[in-house]
Amino acid sequence: MRRRRAFWFWVFVGPFAAGLALFTYVPLLWSVGLSFFDAHNTVTPTDFVGLDNYTAMLKDSAFTGSLRTFLVFTAFIVPVTFALSLALALMVNRVRRAQAFFRSVFFLPAACSYVVAALIWKMSIFNGVRFGLANTLLGWFGTDPVAWLSTTRPPWYWLVIVTVRLWLQAGFYMILFLAGLQRIDPVLYEAAAVDGARPGWTVLRHITLPQLRATSVAVLLLLVINAFQAFDEFYNLLSDARGYPPYARPPLVYLYYTALGQGQNLGLGSAGAVILALIIAIVTVGQARWLRLGRSEEE
Amino acid sequence: MDDALVRAGRALRAVVLVVLALLFLIPFYLLLRNGLSSERDITSPEWTFFPTELRWGNVRELFDDPSVPFARSLLNSALIAVATTLGTLLLASLAGYGLARIPYRHANKVFYGILGTLLVPAAVTFVPSFVLVSSLGWVSTLRGLIVPTLFSAFACFVFRQYFLGFPGELEDAAQVDGLGHWRTYWLVVVPNARPVFAAVGTIVFLGAWNSFLWPLVIGQDQSAWTVQVALSSFTTAQVVRLHELFIAAAMSILPLLVVFLCFQRWIVAGVERSGID
Repeated sequence: MRRRRAFWFWVFVGPFAAGLALFTYVPLLWSVGLSFFDAHNTVTPTDFVGLDNYTAMLKDSAFTGSLRTFLVFTAFIVPVTFALSLALALMVNRVRRAQAFFRSVFFLPAACSYVVAALIWKMSIFNGVRFGLANTLLGWFGTDPVAWLSTTRPPWYWLVIVTVRLWLQAGFYMILFLAGLQRIDPVLYEAAAVDGARPGWTVLRHITLPQLRATSVAVLLLLVINAFQAFDEFYNLLSDARGYPPYARPPLVYLYYTALGQGQNLGLGSAGAVILALIIAIVTVGQARWLRLGRSEEE
Repeated sequence: MDDALVRAGRALRAVVLVVLALLFLIPFYLLLRNGLSSERDITSPEWTFFPTELRWGNVRELFDDPSVPFARSLLNSALIAVATTLGTLLLASLAGYGLARIPYRHANKVFYGILGTLLVPAAVTFVPSFVLVSSLGWVSTLRGLIVPTLFSAFACFVFRQYFLGFPGELEDAAQVDGLGHWRTYWLVVVPNARPVFAAVGTIVFLGAWNSFLWPLVIGQDQSAWTVQVALSSFTTAQVVRLHELFIAAAMSILPLLVVFLCFQRWIVAGVERSGID
């Protein structure tokens, strides 16, 4: 009986588990191995170089600069997306008519790819020349056109990069907050009304937000993880036929050019991937622990 | 007094929502506007909200342009998205069911092994995965674009959570009728789990259609370009025919908008039950 159950378990789970092992665990281990070799243009290198790839990566100012880019990006995108999606959810939740309409409109960009969104932003809204929408609007107020994506000081490109992602993902997180709001027991609001709490800010602060705590934690984690994975919009907004500018390169863009650019330095790229994976794991676990600690103190 | 305040607040909220909704819709409008405009209208320094003429011929021009492998890339994307969705649904639902419903001593260990891969962000593994796929000789093949993406720990996790909450009576009845695990699964479980299949399916389909980094890395040859890679290579090219680019982008989101509008309810349900929190 027990052996039959084991047999059927592996019939169901086996194919998936084997594929996952082959396409996740094997590449990871292989990559760790490669990171100790000099692997230019080859996946079967012979030159063992020890930790050289790691020290080279950590001393490389372009790599550390890419981590700084990620930090700046996160500092913008996480709070702004959080605030906007929460605000959208609170407003849409209170709307009585046309709720489905508003929900759809805000969620609709989630169907759009970063490539398409970056195209609209780069070639239509934030084009450096006068026919871009933003510069046309500025022109109506008598302001000179701004070269949005190629001005490094002041760094207007952050505005472009942040708004693309905001448009694409705010609706997704709004759905998560809406789900959280619908789980709040209406009795809590009735009790607050009986206690004389004025609707609005007080109720929001003392009932709604604390009740949304679990959702907020999940949203924060997802936002940070997703920010670390930023690649599509940076690549499509900032690179052109001449290549990628030296500023605003997040880690993945940098790794892409290291491992698959002209040199195809897979050893160096693997070392970078391992370092990045470690940083992400530490940040994620740290963040999860920190946020959960906060919750257990409260209870 | 209080009543007036409440009403004013409600009106203000409505105005804010309408303005935000318009802002969210403008990019879609720009896509269509530019896609159906002449080159001159797009780059005119006198920007107008409506183009001076609507050129539906842009669509034909795009498909007739021999320098743009657009039809091929659409086909590739469609093949990849459909195959990825079907494959993921099959593999992940079987695994999720096994993990949730077949008692086995080491089930938890296997589950944690699967869950652990969620900690390794997919985007960080593109270098190692590229190394593996290129050593298999799968670069620039549809196989290389599809097979490695079929094993979604996220999808497996969602299925497991769903099947955990499945009523046991259904399966008990099937056992009484003498059905084994395999037939119980296909005849009883799957027909009763349509919502989760629809939810996961649409999420996977959207993800596969919109995915960019992996197709960019693996689709090095033009014949293996997906729609996203093709569009991206046009945007970063030196010479761009803007109206073609925009109509191409509009065409690329059309299938998704259809899927999206038909299955929106399922996507929302899927997102809500995706196990975060």
